[in-house]
Amino acid sequence: MESILKVERIEKYYGNRSSLTKAIDDISFDVRKSEFVAIMGASGSGKTTLLNVISTIDKVTSGHIWVGNVDITKLKDNDLNKFRREELGFIFQDFNLLDTLTAYENIALALSIQNVPFDEIDKRIKKVAYDLDIINVLNKYPYQMSGGQKQRVASARAIITNPKLILADEPTGALDSKSSKMLLDRFNYLNDELKATILMVTHDAFTASYANRVIFIKDGKIFKELHKGDATRKEFFDKIIDVVTLLGGNLNDAL
Amino acid sequence: MMLYKLSLKNIKKSIKDYVIYFFTLILGVAIFYVFNALDSQTVMMDVSSSTQELIKLMMTMLSSVSIFVSFILGFLIIYASRFLIKRRNKEFGIYLTLGMSKRKISLILFFETLFIGIISLLVGLGLGVLLSQVMSLVVANMFEANLTKFTFVFSSAACVKTIIYFSIMYLIVMIFNTISISKCKLIDLLNGAKKTEKIKLKNPYLCIIIFIISCLVLGRAYYIVTHGFLTLQEVTDVMKPIIMGAVSTFFILWSLSGLILRIVQSLKKYYYKGLNSFTLRQFSNKINTTVFSTTIICLMLFITICLLSACLTIKNSMNANIRELAPADAMFTVNMNMDKYYEKYSDYGYNDFQIQNSHYTAKEMFELFDFNITTYFKDYIEVNTYATPDLTMNHTLGSKLNSIRTQFPFLAYDTMESIMKISDYNKVAKFYGIGEYSLNDDEYMIVADFKSMVKIRDVALQNGEVIHLFGHTLKPKYNTCQDGFLEMSSQHINTGIILVADNIVDEEYLVQNHLIGNYKTTDREKIIAIENNINKIDKDSKANEYLLPSGSTRLAIREATTGLSAMVTFIGLYLGIIFLISSAAVLGLKELSESSDNKERFRMLRKIGTDEKLINKALFRQIAIFFMLPLILALIHSIFGIMFAVKVLEVFGNEQLLPSIITTAIVLVIIYGGYFLITYYSSKNIIKERY
Repeated sequence: MESILKVERIEKYYGNRSSLTKAIDDISFDVRKSEFVAIMGASGSGKTTLLNVISTIDKVTSGHIWVGNVDITKLKDNDLNKFRREELGFIFQDFNLLDTLTAYENIALALSIQNVPFDEIDKRIKKVAYDLDIINVLNKYPYQMSGGQKQRVASARAIITNPKLILADEPTGALDSKSSKMLLDRFNYLNDELKATILMVTHDAFTASYANRVIFIKDGKIFKELHKGDATRKEFFDKIIDVVTLLGGNLNDAL
Repeated sequence: MMLYKLSLKNIKKSIKDYVIYFFTLILGVAIFYVFNALDSQTVMMDVSSSTQELIKLMMTMLSSVSIFVSFILGFLIIYASRFLIKRRNKEFGIYLTLGMSKRKISLILFFETLFIGIISLLVGLGLGVLLSQVMSLVVANMFEANLTKFTFVFSSAACVKTIIYFSIMYLIVMIFNTISISKCKLIDLLNGAKKTEKIKLKNPYLCIIIFIISCLVLGRAYYIVTHGFLTLQEVTDVMKPIIMGAVSTFFILWSLSGLILRIVQSLKKYYYKGLNSFTLRQFSNKINTTVFSTTIICLMLFITICLLSACLTIKNSMNANIRELAPADAMFTVNMNMDKYYEKYSDYGYNDFQIQNSHYTAKEMFELFDFNITTYFKDYIEVNTYATPDLTMNHTLGSKLNSIRTQFPFLAYDTMESIMKISDYNKVAKFYGIGEYSLNDDEYMIVADFKSMVKIRDVALQNGEVIHLFGHTLKPKYNTCQDGFLEMSSQHINTGIILVADNIVDEEYLVQNHLIGNYKTTDREKIIAIENNINKIDKDSKANEYLLPSGSTRLAIREATTGLSAMVTFIGLYLGIIFLISSAAVLGLKELSESSDNKERFRMLRKIGTDEKLINKALFRQIAIFFMLPLILALIHSIFGIMFAVKVLEVFGNEQLLPSIITTAIVLVIIYGGYFLITYYSSKNIIKERY
């Protein structure tokens, strides 16, 4: 299987010579096409930093990150923006929808900044709205929607550009359990049916159990990797919990 | 001491957010100083005593305007400081959670206001002193005084006044700050930023209907002030179109804010292009909540534009008028044959001697008082004017009288018309260097330059009204009034002189004799001396027995005009600039006040990969629309406002309109544009990501 994301020996340091913090300490891993990978770790483990450097919001201190054939650690300002809007799709914990725009307009914005003509925009929104079950909220404003609906609209905005990689940062963090389950079902649908590649950061074992593979991070290093394989979601969840326990109860807020 | 340091650091830290506030304060202080220091520049100038009097009067007026200005600036400063407090809600919230008392927070704010006040006063006064050096050139030019050597002027009186006025304003700001801090709740301070506004779209049909109605009302108001002008007789008549205009402005903005979005939304290809949808939503979101203040700003801009252009027009026209309307050095007029209308003149308070002795020409009268015209005058002419009760406006308007009378009921129709021999008039015209005319024995013509009167008289002339004079019947040679005048003045005030052929005039009806001349000298000092001599005649023991010639000299006209035009110009400039600063500052602050919300929105745009260039463009457009909308409406209002002003100021002449409009535009572009740019760069700074 072709590799979509290749992270090679990256390091990220904060601070100066006298007090150095290694947020990421020599991490390498691959994400292949149409994989659904979850990254787990406690607060301060470096998972958010990892996502930030992959999403080009932050820069690595050393190492390389390839998305497709592009080394994104070498990109400059406007190329970065171009890369971000054409190759990546983002889903954030706090949705990041523009409160002044309707759901439809929020989704359309991702395409209109790429100069996609309106006919095409309209066609694609109708399709994605069906996939994510948000047809009936398209003309609503964010304040009129539930958290789950908002997150699905945000997901629609993330996938409508057909990105190589979808990055989700604690997507269920602000949702109740019912909305979380519904969103994650949609993620599975995107992953299985539309072959979308998803990299998700979470500290919630239940959310992580929807992925095919879970990477655990502790103190900036990869601690362990779990593959779902043929196990059911429930079995996979138990395996995750075992690792979380092993991590030393640092993930005290798991589940 | 700690509080003192904290507030000093706060200012340093947030200096970028304070740019608009500082800019406004400094400009306010500087302008306040400049206009209150105007007199200090004129002190060293070589101006006559009458000009000094005028300057004194002007300063008194500017002082009272200053009080009004300080109120405007006071409100502006309070508004701005409230906005700055709002921006720092979170900071204060943190202080409170750390256990700082509200009293101490007020103290921090007190120190901050103190520092800002002192700094802005110092910088503002510095700028003011520099500007007033430039101003002294303007003043010298205005009063036509020679500025032989450049002297650095500093007015300590104006300086002290500025400090006192602004100290009071800052004091009030401090009180307001303390009150607003003591009232606020911790939870609101900490959560201030998170507020989701409901977005309401207005009913488009209602918007369209209200828009059309408002446009119609506005059109009606425009029509009243431009075409229906002559029906406006009282102040209340003028108020009506103003109120109509203000109200319809509000509703136009109200409906436009709903309509623009709808219209552009329907242009889907444009709406879903780049960040257009975002920019438009930003705009309509804001305009929705600020329709009222935008209306006020629009009206303020309108007033500014009209004020500046009207004042400058008056000034320019007055100066141009003098060259045209006072072509000779001096003119003296004396009443003659007053005994013929004894009753009338005794009613006016002339004594019997004066009436009996009214048989001397101006020249003879001067000689009676040992003032010999030929000693002082290089050349001069003498002409007469005639009048008879048989020729009043009632007669000249002829058959048109009744229709005109219903339109203008207040004109003095019973006043006798001035009549001149054509040869006398031509003598004057030649002396003045204006157009001469010729007439046949059975013809008459009217020279006039007061436009409203010309219009009225033209109605009759077009109708070919004949007049009956001294037993002759005369028909009009021209079907309009011709340009010309006899009396020198600073304005076009000749309401009409009837010119007729020499041989039909009956000398019995001679009422006035005029002497027009040029002095031998052109030296200003000597002319002043001559005119002082003439004025001395008044003090002569037998002066009471004669009705002395009344004179209008070029020098006197010029000085009166200069004083008046300077007064009008300075007050107009003062108020205009203050209005402009206020409205631009309020706009800028409004735009910046939502910067924290905007910051969040622009961060989201960045996260989904929007180019910096596109973001800056969107921001620029957003602010540009916000600044342009009230300006465009104000400009449209101004076109009609100026048209109205031009009619009102008709006597001053309006030939100089274009240069004043250009000057106004320059002032507008510098100040308004300056605020626009500062707002743009400040917002750009605020939305900038700091990794």
